[in-house]
Amino acid sequence: MAGPDAREVVLAARNVAKSYGAVHALKGVNFDIHRGQVTTLFGENGAGKSTLMKILSGVIQPSSGEIILDGQPVTFQNSTHARDLGISIIHQELSLAPNLSVRDNIFMGREIMGPTGVNYAEEEAQVRRLMAGLEEDIDPLTPVEDLRLGQQQIVEIARALSVDSRILIMDEPTSALSASEVEVLFKVINDLTAKGVSIVYISHHLEEALQITDHAVVLRDGTMTAWAPRDQIDLNWIVRNMVGENYDLGAPPSGYEFGKVALSVQNLVLPDPGGNPYNVVDNLSLDVRAGEVVCIYGLMGAGRTELMETLAGRLRAASGRIELEGAGISHLSIAQRIARGLALVPEDRQRDGLVQTMSVGQNLSLASIRAFTRGIFTSRRAEQKLIRDTIRDVTVKTPGGNAPIGSLSGGNQQKVVIGKIMATKPKVILLDEPSRGIDIGAKAEVFRLLAEGAKQGLAVVYTTSEVSECLSIAHRIIVMHKGRISAEFDASASKEMIMAASGEAHAA
Amino acid sequence: MSDQSHTRPAPASAPKGEGFSLLRLLLEGRAFFALIAIVLVFSLLSPNYFTLPNFLIMASQVAIYGLLAIGMLLVILNGGIDLSVGSILALCGVVAGAMMQGVEVKAMGVILYPPVWAVVVLTCALGGLVGAVNGVLVAWFRVPAFVATLGVMYVARGVALLMTNGLTYNNLSGKAELGNTGFNWLGFNRLWGIPISVIVLFTCAMIAWAMLSRSAFGRWLYASGGNERAAELSGVPVRRVKITVYTLSGVLSAIAGLVLSSQLTSAGPTAGTTYELTAIAAVVIGGAALTGGRGTVLGTMLGAFVIGFLSAGLVIVGVSSYWQTVFTGAVIVLAVLMNSIQYGKGARKA
Repeated sequence: MAGPDAREVVLAARNVAKSYGAVHALKGVNFDIHRGQVTTLFGENGAGKSTLMKILSGVIQPSSGEIILDGQPVTFQNSTHARDLGISIIHQELSLAPNLSVRDNIFMGREIMGPTGVNYAEEEAQVRRLMAGLEEDIDPLTPVEDLRLGQQQIVEIARALSVDSRILIMDEPTSALSASEVEVLFKVINDLTAKGVSIVYISHHLEEALQITDHAVVLRDGTMTAWAPRDQIDLNWIVRNMVGENYDLGAPPSGYEFGKVALSVQNLVLPDPGGNPYNVVDNLSLDVRAGEVVCIYGLMGAGRTELMETLAGRLRAASGRIELEGAGISHLSIAQRIARGLALVPEDRQRDGLVQTMSVGQNLSLASIRAFTRGIFTSRRAEQKLIRDTIRDVTVKTPGGNAPIGSLSGGNQQKVVIGKIMATKPKVILLDEPSRGIDIGAKAEVFRLLAEGAKQGLAVVYTTSEVSECLSIAHRIIVMHKGRISAEFDASASKEMIMAASGEAHAA
Repeated sequence: MSDQSHTRPAPASAPKGEGFSLLRLLLEGRAFFALIAIVLVFSLLSPNYFTLPNFLIMASQVAIYGLLAIGMLLVILNGGIDLSVGSILALCGVVAGAMMQGVEVKAMGVILYPPVWAVVVLTCALGGLVGAVNGVLVAWFRVPAFVATLGVMYVARGVALLMTNGLTYNNLSGKAELGNTGFNWLGFNRLWGIPISVIVLFTCAMIAWAMLSRSAFGRWLYASGGNERAAELSGVPVRRVKITVYTLSGVLSAIAGLVLSSQLTSAGPTAGTTYELTAIAAVVIGGAALTGGRGTVLGTMLGAFVIGFLSAGLVIVGVSSYWQTVFTGAVIVLAVLMNSIQYGKGARKA
């Protein structure tokens, strides 16, 4: 193979578009991957990064546009086909079979066959070599479910490395890795590029990505907004292009006094649900007043989701006290907490937020059925009124309450989940990553809704993993790290202060 | 919501595809059209088929499956399955039969002959109790529904066999001097010319329909069957819903057991074997999704009548019972195929 040529494009996307029903995930994107170089793709949640990577690795097919491999147009039948052509991907969501061993996962679907079946010894030896290269002490025969999340991610990386691909796509490979593991990964990446392997890298840790990248491409709302080689970019350039010039998620609502303490959490302890000997929520205390907007910032694994689910009643705390307007609610069920005025908008909209078999209207009214039940029967008129009012209040764009929920865009689906909770007339609303997977416009509307609610005395607590979202409508920013509150800021905090407190600035 | 009816042509939620609507109508109303087709074909093949007396006889046979299918629908809407309905039917029939023979209270040295209404109430309570065992196993102990109800299916059948030592109670008519006559009323009498069993089925179907489409519980059931996690976070008491549907399925099995023993004027421990499969078939033919959250009472009733009218028709035309089994199986597979066409669209992942 010829030496790496900085200008040579091995894989390119031309005008690639992808839509899911009414949702346009990608709108005509051009993207180049250079031989032996690292191209980093920046963009917020829902910008279309993962969609583009899935198209480039054959996992999904584009709705329109072309993929060009070595100058020739190519259509990937599936990810196996792409892998045979030398393209492999490390997925953002781990795609391992937890019941199988590390070895079996790494060789899943392409087992090394010997004369008497699978050649396990050879597989095991190769896994040991891979792990040595990654400086990880993971036994090839350990079941994946026994590994912690970071180690599972290493296995995922090892699997992609074991294929000897020419193009390696890494979709958020470091989200669960420790600082030292990230450094090893970067060393591996440098070795690979020296051998002529092209890398596509996606990460939310901007500084981290800047360390290794040769090119930067920025996606926003499914379109490519900027492209530049490493020497022309800095952090500001990325953020500016990622979020857009007129990017405004609002300011903390003002002009009113906070009310009494609406939600009070005292010394809350939640052991790891997986049985590990540490606490995911560790002796955490927090007060939120009526009308106050509190943002909880933290990295993956900081315990944000677990905290939210404990407050909402899905998880049971081992100790500690949760009070709603002065009354203890730790013993109450989810339904009782909703009735008292505390409700959660969950992180995973598809899994925990929506009932896909029901219509938009039925989803909206689901949490407040009692409000329109007269005797033993529901009142159709009262329900329709509730649905109409909620659609108007949270500005859901839908052809009507009877439309199937799947026909709405991600942002509008999220508004339905929020509307469902708002219809219960809560006093405290918890939102776990409310901006996940929705576009900027919808994000701004969601925050506007929350700010308006706060003005009317609603206590709002939301979590996020994007600093820019902390510095929007929140009066107070709480940083979580390993189950504890590691810092607390008011709205005047800087992004750097918040990120430093979250343990994010590790690789610096 | 109105979109829970399969026979209603082009519900409000239908997209505005003009040329597509006929196909959609046929697909949504498939159980209805299948029933019409069956009636038409057999009416042409046999002059005895399209007569009122025959329809009433067929309907009273369908009543047993129909009652079981309503209970099965509730369980399937919840995303579960109830394999024990046939055995609960037999157990309840046998217990009812035993009560009609008199219950001996040894301590007092007397034999009690409960009146028929008490027999009915106690039998339904027993069915509900066994169903509740299913529900508790599934909801609280997280035993997979298939396994839990499979176990209860064996236990209930075994208890029924033990109670009677494998024999059948042949005299259920009671004695006038004991004040417990009237058991045969359920299976033989008619109201306005309609068999009581059909009226019982119709009543149960109406109650189930009202519950599913108009009550909070119905909404809870559809929601927890469609996405249990989302329903739970929306304040739906998902465990209570689960226990309730299995309990109701048990009660409906008990009612079916009473109707069947009354029709046969005997209560045997082997009654209702494999009826659970017929009930599941009726629910599936009626368009319900085995994954939960989709299905209607009307569809299930049509499904039960499709199966009942088909097998009765085959008997009247003189087709061997072996062929009936083949036909029934083919209809079920066809129905499931149509279900996956209807629900697969759009839900398919890229």
